[in-house]
Amino acid sequence: MTDSTIILSTQNVGKYFYEPEKFKVLTDISFDIKRGEFVTMVGKSGSGKSTLLYLLSTMDTDYEGTLLFDGENLTKQKKERLAEIRNEKIGFVFQFHYLLPEFSSLKNVMIPALKLGKYSREEIEEKAYKTLKMLGLRDQALKNTSKLSGGQQQRVAIARALINNPKIIMGDEPTGNLDSKNTSIVFDIFKQLTSEFNQTVIAVTHDNDFAKASDRIIEMADGRIIV
Amino acid sequence: MKKYKHNINAEIAYTHLFSKKKQTFIAALGVTVGIAIFIFMNSLMNGFEVASIEGLFKSTPHLRIYKNDVLSKSLIDSPDSTKVNLISNPKITSESKKIINPISLLKTLKNEPEVMGVTPNVSANVFYKNGDSEVSGRVSGVIIEEQNAMFNLQSYLVDGGYANLSGYQNGIILGVGIAEKLNLKMNDNVTVTSALGVNKLMKIVALLETGNKAVDKTLSYINLPVAQQLQKQSPSYITDIYVNINDFEKAKTLISKYENLTGYDVEDWETANASAAAANKMRKMMAFAISLSIMLVAAFGIYNILNMTIMEKLNDIAILKAIGFSGKDIVRIFVSEAIIIGIIGILFGLILAFILIILMGNMWVGGDIGFFPIRVFPKFFGVGIIFGLVVTFFAGFIPARKAAGLDPISIFRK
Repeated sequence: MTDSTIILSTQNVGKYFYEPEKFKVLTDISFDIKRGEFVTMVGKSGSGKSTLLYLLSTMDTDYEGTLLFDGENLTKQKKERLAEIRNEKIGFVFQFHYLLPEFSSLKNVMIPALKLGKYSREEIEEKAYKTLKMLGLRDQALKNTSKLSGGQQQRVAIARALINNPKIIMGDEPTGNLDSKNTSIVFDIFKQLTSEFNQTVIAVTHDNDFAKASDRIIEMADGRIIV
Repeated sequence: MKKYKHNINAEIAYTHLFSKKKQTFIAALGVTVGIAIFIFMNSLMNGFEVASIEGLFKSTPHLRIYKNDVLSKSLIDSPDSTKVNLISNPKITSESKKIINPISLLKTLKNEPEVMGVTPNVSANVFYKNGDSEVSGRVSGVIIEEQNAMFNLQSYLVDGGYANLSGYQNGIILGVGIAEKLNLKMNDNVTVTSALGVNKLMKIVALLETGNKAVDKTLSYINLPVAQQLQKQSPSYITDIYVNINDFEKAKTLISKYENLTGYDVEDWETANASAAAANKMRKMMAFAISLSIMLVAAFGIYNILNMTIMEKLNDIAILKAIGFSGKDIVRIFVSEAIIIGIIGILFGLILAFILIILMGNMWVGGDIGFFPIRVFPKFFGVGIIFGLVVTFFAGFIPARKAAGLDPISIFRK
């Protein structure tokens, strides 16, 4: 049953929205994602791809079916354990930059690692600087995030998702706010993570070039997987 | 796995509070106002209550032991139960008002643990005369030192001192109302005539003003032996024994005990001053109702402002949860924020309450009250601190727990 090459697996996952009226947004979703894969999810808006991504990220627990991640059944897990998993193993980049507005870019990146407590503060700070530098934000590190542009904020959010070396990085249009130069930087980073460090990337995207260059495309329509 | 314990929850709470100083200040102000009003109003009610009770006990003891009037009975009852013993037109017995062997009775009472003060008293109805003008009233024969210890007589004397009475056998502490009517001053003489026709020329050694006009127009204090003489009685003649106990609220419960102990009738202050006692009871109920309403209003005010502060941070809560903070972490962060706001607010609240009380205490009301009878009651400051901490804890805990239980996505979707 547990195949160590499989990092993430869904079995017959379905989900309803209850507002404004009951509506089945996901139907019978079953797929496996291997370690080190770079997967993109595409589909028209309303096809349920973001909703599915949120389920996979454990941030939405209201669904039916089963979700397996890194050899662990997450469907019946307690919320405390899910929080630990999100902290340690999942890096999530939102469509809109969700950063903590009172903190500097550096602190925003550091907070998940400080929470994890695997390394000392100095080590974390060094790693955070390195990641920000990689994303071209070295000189924005000490600025408050509310003073950054949209693109810069999104890159800080990506740096935050990478800080704990998660097993899987999920992005809801992670390059949606970026120009082509930064998009290609992010793409290269994702590519490098999957090929060299065996980390897994799942990204929802509307960018066809971005999708085509990935290892595998999952296409969705009306809450079902087509391809 | 977890090698380092970075105190990130505290760091986040601290940053939230300090990056939005104005908001923190306003939230703390909400607590300050709630706490200050809570303490101030309770002190106000309590000060008022204490003053009212003190006024009552200026001349009334907690318990009064006296011999009730009895009608004369036939000396020997007929053994035949079918016959009725009858004295036509019976009179009050002449010995009836006298308490027998008062010295030993006083000693017995003094040995009771709850008794704070005991003093014998002889009261007599008299006429005060100066020339042709005359006023009817009552003299109270007292042992002045004991009387002063029990009723703090000195504080109601507008002229002279209570000790003058013990130095002058035929001295009198005269009510100001009587002095005014008879046009008398300190060191003047006044003639006191008892119902039994005894005349005494007495010297005014002090003037008494209780603030209660009915008392000031009739009552005066004289030495006990003089009162006995006015009644044509021996030095063992005592009509009343006044008893003060440690807690005047318990007076009623001690009536039967003292009746058994002494064999005489006992009257408590509530029976003696039924209307004052009823007013006191009413004041107490009012104070409780007001205190409770203020508590509710203050608690709601504090809850609202803290709840709002947390609800504004709902998006941050979702982000923190998304990057791996558990519900417990969220509750810890926001409860510690609420408690810090609470502590700041309480500190300023205590200061504000103190200032309000001092200001109020400097307001002149006049009459026998003087300044408004409000004091700094440490009790209410203590209760205020505990109340503030409990309310701020729950004001942080309830909304934080509610937010912490949500899936982050359900917050983002709103």
